[in-house]
Amino acid sequence: MAKQAPEQPARAPAAVALHLDAVDKFYGDPANPAVHAVKNFSMEVGQGEIVALLGSSGCGKTSTLRMIAGFETVSRGEINLAGRQIDSLPPARRNVAMAFEGYSLYPPLTVRDNIAFALKAAKLEQSEVKRKVDHISALLEIEPILDKYPSSLSGGQQQRASLARALIRKADLYLLDEPMSQLEPQLRSVLRGRIKSYLIEQGLTSVFVTHDQTEANALADRIAVMEDGVLQQIASPAELKDRPANLFVATFIGEPPMNVFPAKLSVNGGHLSIAVEGAGSASGFSVELGEIACPPGSALQDGASVHLGVRPHSVALGKGDTRGLVVSNQWLGDQTHVVIETAGQAMVAVSYGRVEDALGAEIAFSIPPRAVHLFAEDDGRALLHGREVVG
Amino acid sequence: MHHTSTAERILRGFLLTLVLLFFLFPIFWIFLMSFQTNEDILRIPPSLFFTPTLENYIALISGRLSTVAGDLDIAFMRNLWNSVLLSSLSVGVALILGVPAAYAFARFKFRLGENIAFTLLSFRFAPPLLVLLPLSLYFSELGLSDTYLGLVWVYQLIALPLILWIVRGYFEDISPDIENAYRIDGHSWATTFRKIAIPLARPGIAAASLLAFIFCWNNFVFALVLASADKQPVTVGALAFVTASGIQYGQVAAAIVLSVTPTLMLALYAQRYLVEGLSLGAVKG
Repeated sequence: MAKQAPEQPARAPAAVALHLDAVDKFYGDPANPAVHAVKNFSMEVGQGEIVALLGSSGCGKTSTLRMIAGFETVSRGEINLAGRQIDSLPPARRNVAMAFEGYSLYPPLTVRDNIAFALKAAKLEQSEVKRKVDHISALLEIEPILDKYPSSLSGGQQQRASLARALIRKADLYLLDEPMSQLEPQLRSVLRGRIKSYLIEQGLTSVFVTHDQTEANALADRIAVMEDGVLQQIASPAELKDRPANLFVATFIGEPPMNVFPAKLSVNGGHLSIAVEGAGSASGFSVELGEIACPPGSALQDGASVHLGVRPHSVALGKGDTRGLVVSNQWLGDQTHVVIETAGQAMVAVSYGRVEDALGAEIAFSIPPRAVHLFAEDDGRALLHGREVVG
Repeated sequence: MHHTSTAERILRGFLLTLVLLFFLFPIFWIFLMSFQTNEDILRIPPSLFFTPTLENYIALISGRLSTVAGDLDIAFMRNLWNSVLLSSLSVGVALILGVPAAYAFARFKFRLGENIAFTLLSFRFAPPLLVLLPLSLYFSELGLSDTYLGLVWVYQLIALPLILWIVRGYFEDISPDIENAYRIDGHSWATTFRKIAIPLARPGIAAASLLAFIFCWNNFVFALVLASADKQPVTVGALAFVTASGIQYGQVAAAIVLSVTPTLMLALYAQRYLVEGLSLGAVKG
């Protein structure tokens, strides 16, 4: 069984199992669609890979999942799974398993029968069915409820039963819609680990939808961040954090979110520096990035207006000659969140030790050059991560 | 649990008894009447004490009605059989047509869908007498007057909208994802409809069928105008008891008892499904 350390690099990519090619989803009249839910979505998922579709509600992630399952028609584009084009096949012929957000267990059947339903329909031997049901119910801790009916179960129990029903099947792809939204936090983190091990052990390809970053980080090899029907970036959790493709991904991923300042870039003989202007009585600050080779045609030009992004964890407190006012200072038990007013806006900094500065006090901070992200002012695309020029 | 005091319980019992008396008394009185001769029934003041007689039932079952004016042939048993046949066939046809249609209206959005569904419902608003005149002309033209086929067809005006609208509501209450879960497990649309949607909506289908059956059973005008004696149901047949020598109250009462019995039995039988539907609990995902 593979050990999964949190920041381990992504597993080696394998053959492509699922391929979405320029998929669009319109709702309403095709000539004049009321909603354009998914826009030109392309994605490849490798054999045995676990991919999360992450985004806020209404971003098109569930529509995407349901198009792969076959419950929504594909308005434009193509979906291929295991070498077959599946977008025009009925759900029954796609060989896909799915766990639904609303659980959708069959009410007249016990949990055991719900889970074993597909196996029995597939004419599997009884001993084999029992072995599989026992295995999956131990994994998801549902043995005590196997003989109960869905209507007598809590949401969390139904959700686990629904997961078991999907995972027990043999399929080319496993689709999980908010698979752990109803579980208590403790159980959630235990089950995440187990489900991930199970998926890896069995070599199952899966795509799951979530709005919970922690869940996406914990389960997925790669995360596809969606917003407004558009795939913003698909990358490993570490990559999303270190090299966000645009301002949206940068501010969406990470808790607390990245601090963003409007800034001016100056280039002086290959030497880059960033100035954040002050506003009113508040003074600005600047960051020296040092010698960085900008390729010709790059947007990193002298005098360019950019967005400066810095993650709260990267702000170094108590050193440097930049100063700000402490607006809020909260010790969360294992880290301190300090809100500093600087350059006329609030900036969050996280420290893993206690910060003693009182409200209203002046605090020194600095932004390390390697923690700087720069984004274009017009479309928010990433220009620079630390010392790496993008594009 | 809600706690009830003794006083509350007594009051509730009293009120329940009152309501039951109000509703059941006519049925009880008719039941008594069916065992009385016309003389006993018309006695003033009426009395609870009489010598029970089976004469009325014998007359109905044998088909010979003896009145002061002489003997009359009546086709009551034939009428009863017609009622059973017409109502069952009509509900059967309405189920075959209505359940898939209800499913379609519940699950799919299509052009004019709501309009079609509402048009079907509007059959229930139309005054039957208004429809009957043109209908009887068409029916005699088509040779459908006085046929079971024609009557069953007309009875669809009663049964189909009921089944369609009640069952539609039940289908809408079932989460589509329950069906989707079944479909993605490798089953066709048609199998899913048969194996998942229909069983889950069974309480609704039972309730709608029962209601449609009762409405068909109680229909009077359609059969009165469109059918002759040998195709008429009990509702029309009961007119035969208004004879030249007066109204045969005893036979009317016995006829009512006999004609209520099948629907009552059916209701008691269907009740199991209705209760089962409730105890199944949350169908909604």
